Amino acid sequence: MNTTILYTILSLSGLGATSAIVLYFVAQKFKVYEDPRIDQAEEALPAANCGGCGFAGCRNFAEACVKADSLEGLYCPVGGNDAMTAIAGILGRDAIGMDPQVAVLRCNGTCEVRPKTTLYDGASSCTIASALYGGDTGCQYGCLGLADCVTVCKFDALHMNPETGLPEVDDAKCTACGACVTACPKNLFELRKRAKKDRKIYVACRNTDKGGIAKKSCAVACIGCGKCVKVCPFEAITLENSLAFIDADKCKLCRKCTQECPTQSIIEIGFPPAKDKTATPDDTQTSATQQENTNS
Amino acid sequence: MNKLITVSPSPHVHSGQSVNKLMYGVVLAMVPALLASVLFYGMGAIVVTLVSVASCLLFEYLIQKFILKTPVRISDGSALVTGILLAFNLPSNLPWWIIMVGALVAIGIGKMTFGGLGNNPFNPALVGRVFLLISFPVQMTKYPVPAGISTPYQSTVEGFTGATPLGVIKEGLKAGESFSDLAHKIPSYLDMFLGNMGGSMGEVAGVALLIGLVYMLVRKIITWHIPVSILGTVVVFSGILNLANPEVYAGPMFHILTGGLLLGAIFMATDYVTSPMNPLGMLIYGIGIGLLTVIIRVFGAYPEGVSFAILIMNGFVPLLNRYIKPKRFGEEVKNG
Amino acid sequence: MLKTFSKGGVHPPENKLSANKPIQELGLPTHVTIPLGMHLGVPAKAIVQKGDTVKVGQLIAEKNGFVSANIHSPYSGKVAKIDKALDASGYTRDAIFIDVEGDEWMDTIDRSDALKITCELSPEEILQRISEAGIVGLGGATFPSHVKLAVPRGKTAEYLIINGVECEPYLTADHVLMMEKAEELLVGIHILQKGLQVEKAIIGIENNKPDAIAKLSELAKKYTGIRVQALKVQYPQGGEKQLINAVIGREVPSGALPIEVGAVVFNVGTAYAVYEAVQKNKPLFERIVTVTGKSVKETANFKVRIGTPVSQLIEKAGGLPDDTGKVINGGPMMGKALASTEVPIVKGSSGILIMKQTEAQRKPVEPCIRCAKCVSVCPMGLEPYLLMSMGQKGLHERLERDKVMDCIECGSCSYICPSSRPLLDYIRLGKSEVGKIIRSRKK
Repeated sequence: MNTTILYTILSLSGLGATSAIVLYFVAQKFKVYEDPRIDQAEEALPAANCGGCGFAGCRNFAEACVKADSLEGLYCPVGGNDAMTAIAGILGRDAIGMDPQVAVLRCNGTCEVRPKTTLYDGASSCTIASALYGGDTGCQYGCLGLADCVTVCKFDALHMNPETGLPEVDDAKCTACGACVTACPKNLFELRKRAKKDRKIYVACRNTDKGGIAKKSCAVACIGCGKCVKVCPFEAITLENSLAFIDADKCKLCRKCTQECPTQSIIEIGFPPAKDKTATPDDTQTSATQQENTNS
Repeated sequence: MNKLITVSPSPHVHSGQSVNKLMYGVVLAMVPALLASVLFYGMGAIVVTLVSVASCLLFEYLIQKFILKTPVRISDGSALVTGILLAFNLPSNLPWWIIMVGALVAIGIGKMTFGGLGNNPFNPALVGRVFLLISFPVQMTKYPVPAGISTPYQSTVEGFTGATPLGVIKEGLKAGESFSDLAHKIPSYLDMFLGNMGGSMGEVAGVALLIGLVYMLVRKIITWHIPVSILGTVVVFSGILNLANPEVYAGPMFHILTGGLLLGAIFMATDYVTSPMNPLGMLIYGIGIGLLTVIIRVFGAYPEGVSFAILIMNGFVPLLNRYIKPKRFGEEVKNG
Repeated sequence: MLKTFSKGGVHPPENKLSANKPIQELGLPTHVTIPLGMHLGVPAKAIVQKGDTVKVGQLIAEKNGFVSANIHSPYSGKVAKIDKALDASGYTRDAIFIDVEGDEWMDTIDRSDALKITCELSPEEILQRISEAGIVGLGGATFPSHVKLAVPRGKTAEYLIINGVECEPYLTADHVLMMEKAEELLVGIHILQKGLQVEKAIIGIENNKPDAIAKLSELAKKYTGIRVQALKVQYPQGGEKQLINAVIGREVPSGALPIEVGAVVFNVGTAYAVYEAVQKNKPLFERIVTVTGKSVKETANFKVRIGTPVSQLIEKAGGLPDDTGKVINGGPMMGKALASTEVPIVKGSSGILIMKQTEAQRKPVEPCIRCAKCVSVCPMGLEPYLLMSMGQKGLHERLERDKVMDCIECGSCSYICPSSRPLLDYIRLGKSEVGKIIRSRKK
């Protein structure tokens, strides 16, 4: 009996030892040299593997950073400037900073203001619905409410609001990876520069129909009246195809346009409720400097 | 217009086929075999079936409701089918608590751990049965002798239980007897066909199982590929062995009619979830089951091998689905 | 045993409610919308301007490239505007709006009913006429016919196959056309034979239309090379590749055109349009449209001019029933659900099917039980369950390898699925993504 146990122990240990030796040599033989900086760079990245940088995953991005001559055009939106500075430090190159961004939904066509014209009864996917037809409301540009963006968001930053039928961005969680921008078949998401306290002013509409048609399908559609263009002191607003667009780089968040917009298609988020007071030049000045502070 | 019209992608009509209908179709196909087992084993068959079905449904309900927290869908009929199939694979005098353990393993481990209906790689009822066979070999291989409809549940005294024909042959051959010596110890082929022999409650009545097969083929619930390829392989393989040495190897007829082969080929191997997805894959799967069954029966330690054969081939199904592709239209240009 | 295609297929209830209804004329509307992109390929280019007066049959939009088709005015009147209009898909597309005034036809069109059999034109002239008349495939795909007729160099057409299958349930437009215009149809086929320079023409008709089979078989005796082939009722037999397979037993290779196996397929409606264009000089601006549905009061087959609002047809058929759930342009298997009944009839509209709320509703989606029914019904030998899950996950390379581009979108998989899974929805999604990738690769 004892010999049986002995033989078992011996043979198994022998097998183990032989395998270990073979494995060691095989590993030596097939070892691939990898720049150790790739590992270090990967450490500095958020490991979300979201693809927001344009690469398949964080490791691919780290590899690209190490191989590239400069960090020009390489940016991790999730890790932001901190991560990029860290990588630049590892690689001994200059970091190229970018303003932090956040995703906004350029549609405010809630169930209330944009009545349904048909019922959709297909697979629950915006892409499928939009390939099939214009959408279940009169507006062929607006949100379909089937939550493709919520599905692709890896950071839990998007949620459907059952009351409005629209997705809502959680600014605190949004990393501006851009997954929702690609996923939305109606192209409703835009990455905009983050301002202090996550204040935002933007045209929440993508309807390029003429005023009357747009207004008929949705009460808060941009009708392309151009009033905001005239009132904007910073030339931040442009009008094209009956649709206004606010350039986030030029906008100083003065709120003149939101008061002027007849359909409330320009929305402001994160501002104190005082609406009656027109913004003084002083106000604009401070908000502009505040913005710079946040960006630096 | 005050009412909105619906828009959806084509097609706009549906065959009306549903999981429920298919599952209840299978249940209907099992009714003849169930009746036959009640006829032979009396009360025992009813009790075993009821306990098995009830516990399968109960466990599925509990797991969906409290563990997975998903919508409860025990009414889709799949747990019912598993329950009946499990019962079919048990002796009719099995204590109720063993049946419940089997149901728990079948539903809990065999099905729900993988994500429920549609995701399980192995046939749940067989997982339950094999678990019981290994854990409770004594109770699982003591089959009551068919004694008619009036037999009460668990009335069997020790001497009353009989071995299956396969068991008799296995033991006999091991003891050095030849096949012709043993022929008188087993029932006639007609008795076997009608189900008048020892065995699990659902597997004995060949004729009832065949009625079920015909029903499922007519209703297009299953295709012929799997049952035919299994039975065909068994016939050919056991036939070759039999021709080589009829004293040691039983003939095709014996293999077909005994044990769980018909039950396995008709109801167990054809389980949608665990069988291949295209005709060629199904044939390979069936041939594999046939070969393994005969190999286990003739050369293995167990007298019966259908359950193991099906489970082993279940394991190959993902591989078959991956590499055996249906012939595409226009793949080969035929000109004629 | 009757012939049919070799793989898969389903047999949905036929519901040919309007089979014995004669072709009816429809009154003139007051305003019509003529979309510029109602054929496969590049939309046509408008050549009229706001305020122009047009006559019936006048060219109002020219084809814009080779795969494109001319559009002729179906009405006489004034061009109100050229603007965006809602099309059947709920998107706005370019269209010509016409205010109808009177019914004044172009002088060149022969409006008599007399049958004109002889055709002295050369193949090139026939092709020219067809191209000018703006004829597209009237079976539903609306592929410009002159493109099909231009057989590529090095290939020869051996068979002309005429599609009289009408495998879609409910629809009867082709059936009534075959019954009422049989003589003209055969002349049209004869002209196509001449244009293509093929000897053999086969009309494929499903066995559920015995009267059409009998009538055409009898009349075809007068023509050399034309015969009728009765086919077993099986959906999607009207698919080009399936029909070729059913009639001459050849399989069109994956990604290739029917000419690869020496066949060219035209719908019966197209053949009739060819007759009108070549013999009567009448361009394509009219077609037969079935209006049907279980709760439609007066199911009918209308002769409709392009541009007529769908609502007018429905009105004529007894109005939109109260229990309407869906209005479908085409048949129940491949037709498109309309978002509004105010959209115009286009060249590809073969029927307007009104489905009840109870019929139209999709059943809740259940998990896949891997029953393999979708695999067994797929006429292209694909694995729909696999393509669906790959489409959902966006595995485009595997989709391409598993031949998603071969899918003909017949819907047999979604039809048969016991779990009511939206197989085709996701396959179509995958197909369009893979299509984009293939196109970008070519660039």
